Amino acid sequence: MTKVNRRTFIQATGVAAAAGVAGMPNVVLGASKKVVVVGGGPGGATCARYLKIFDPGIDVTLIEPNQHYHTCFMSNEVLAGKRTIEQIRFGYDGLKKAGINVVHDMVTAIDPEKKVVKTAGGKDFAYDRCVVAPGIDFRYETIEGYDEAATKTVPHAWKAGEQTVTLRKQLEAMKDGGLFVLCAPPNPYRCPPGPYERASLIANYFKKHKPKSKIIILDPKPKFSKQGLFKAAWKKFYGFGSDNAMIEWRGAQEEAGVVSVDVASKTVTTRFGDKIKADVLNVVPAQKAGKIAHVAGLTNDSGWCPVNLHTFESTIHKGIHVIGDASIAKGMPKSGYAANSEAKVCAASVAALLNGKEPPAPAYVNTCYSIAADDWGFSVAAVYKLARDGSKIMKVSGGLTPGDAPAEYYKREVFYAHSWYNNITRDIFGG
Amino acid sequence: MPGRRKHTLLLAGLALALATVSAEADSHGGKKKPELISGASAEMLAAQCDGCHGPNGASGGPAIPNIGGHDAEFLMEQMKGFASGEIPSTIMGRIAKGYTDDEIKRLAAHYAKQKWVPAKQKFDAGLAKMGAPLAEKYCEKCHEDGGRKADEGIPVLAGQWLPYLHFTMADFISGKREMTKKMKKRVNKLMKSKGEKGLNAVLEFYASQQ
Repeated sequence: MTKVNRRTFIQATGVAAAAGVAGMPNVVLGASKKVVVVGGGPGGATCARYLKIFDPGIDVTLIEPNQHYHTCFMSNEVLAGKRTIEQIRFGYDGLKKAGINVVHDMVTAIDPEKKVVKTAGGKDFAYDRCVVAPGIDFRYETIEGYDEAATKTVPHAWKAGEQTVTLRKQLEAMKDGGLFVLCAPPNPYRCPPGPYERASLIANYFKKHKPKSKIIILDPKPKFSKQGLFKAAWKKFYGFGSDNAMIEWRGAQEEAGVVSVDVASKTVTTRFGDKIKADVLNVVPAQKAGKIAHVAGLTNDSGWCPVNLHTFESTIHKGIHVIGDASIAKGMPKSGYAANSEAKVCAASVAALLNGKEPPAPAYVNTCYSIAADDWGFSVAAVYKLARDGSKIMKVSGGLTPGDAPAEYYKREVFYAHSWYNNITRDIFGG
Repeated sequence: MPGRRKHTLLLAGLALALATVSAEADSHGGKKKPELISGASAEMLAAQCDGCHGPNGASGGPAIPNIGGHDAEFLMEQMKGFASGEIPSTIMGRIAKGYTDDEIKRLAAHYAKQKWVPAKQKFDAGLAKMGAPLAEKYCEKCHEDGGRKADEGIPVLAGQWLPYLHFTMADFISGKREMTKKMKKRVNKLMKSKGEKGLNAVLEFYASQQ
């Protein structure tokens, strides 16, 4: 399927290979090319696939505990009843078909000196380079009374799957006239427009099935992603700003952030001291890099992983690359598309480095769609290049859907959002 | 360790301050943009497009079009038209501005080399049947070989995604997007004799070519 064989890829790196070994440096030099990818989400799966595309000679192993991955993107459509959970579920057959060794196990340690990944299953995987894409973990300690056990009844549903189903069932069981409270996280977090799309699509469901119900978003932030577009959509479809508003956003002041949760009564307390009792409660806590990033010592004081923005190699441990939400990709958001984009830059760099070449010139893109109502979607996009000094991934073009666009434009963006989903999931998981 | 590290940081900070000063001096008071790394290969650039357009530019639809297997000249025209605003778009105008002419050329050549994968989509068999002779009569002169031609700036229509074809024709007919004189004449003729149903039939015909 690919037009990039190893020879063209090596040429594409722009570095002249030593005469006589250009075609197969690994064979001639006897160099080993083993990559272990930790995590099978958008970042990890894309990286594994593109390592094989850029250099089929690389031995790629992907380690992921789950048999399936549920994408966070479009999981809000599951909450709204527009899509089933099966429609956001992906397996790893596409990766296996691409020649990737997929292992279902939990990585428990990475030894950067011995270059070995260890798993809960007791296995050791030696690597020449390791790519870590663990996604996010939650700072439960920032909200009193909330922890992992509490997610059974008060889900965060910020990793799609079981909790998405739980929250959907709760919304379905809620009486008309009920209150849904969404506690949004502080920056930085996975999917910046996600909480606001979630509120929009749940309002879309309420409007059709439980029109007397309300939604309150409690937000520790004074502003949020695509704010103008969301507020305009809420006004148009959900009475935002009126006495009869279905969505209320409390976030103009820092005080609206949630500091404690009483799980049993589904009551939250804000920093200001307001107490709000919800019928359905969704708490999305502050976030940090996924657990293995901390265990492997790849994080700094921020709780995220500092990386070289050209290769995504950790600035803490050589030979280990970190991509996706867990990395500090200065200039890019924590989005599924960004993870997919970073994975490709990382894969090209890793393939080059394993062949003794300089990493090729990078290119990055982010596109992100949000759906706010039936036939009403909008997007943000950016094309990026790396600053020569490596300090930042700089936006060279992009921007938001214009606020004054005609209705037809927003309608087309829903079509494009669904197409985007079909294509990016094929790009991530193959098949 | 802190002593030495602090020292290094101080030096780095000083160097940065000096660099900033000289950068500002260079830019005559304007905001100086940092130098960027350019020269990404066609494969690297295209990998970043495939996230939305599908592996090798073969879209899974329903609305994002296939780009793999199109004529290079057509693809270049599209990108430049999006960037200038001459061709209306939703997201592509914002994205196309991020590429230099040279990058667009490389991308177009890359996608022109890919295999055209006809969209597997539902179509109205009755309308498609009605559309076949209409396409032959009104479109075939340019969109040769039943819309399969990918040369001389002519886009492939056979097996393109139907919602995309509808969006594109809606923009042409509303005047948001300019048609060539030749196309305008023929579309007008088709609309005059067969109306909107005739146009839909033509699009269903092209969608049926899988």
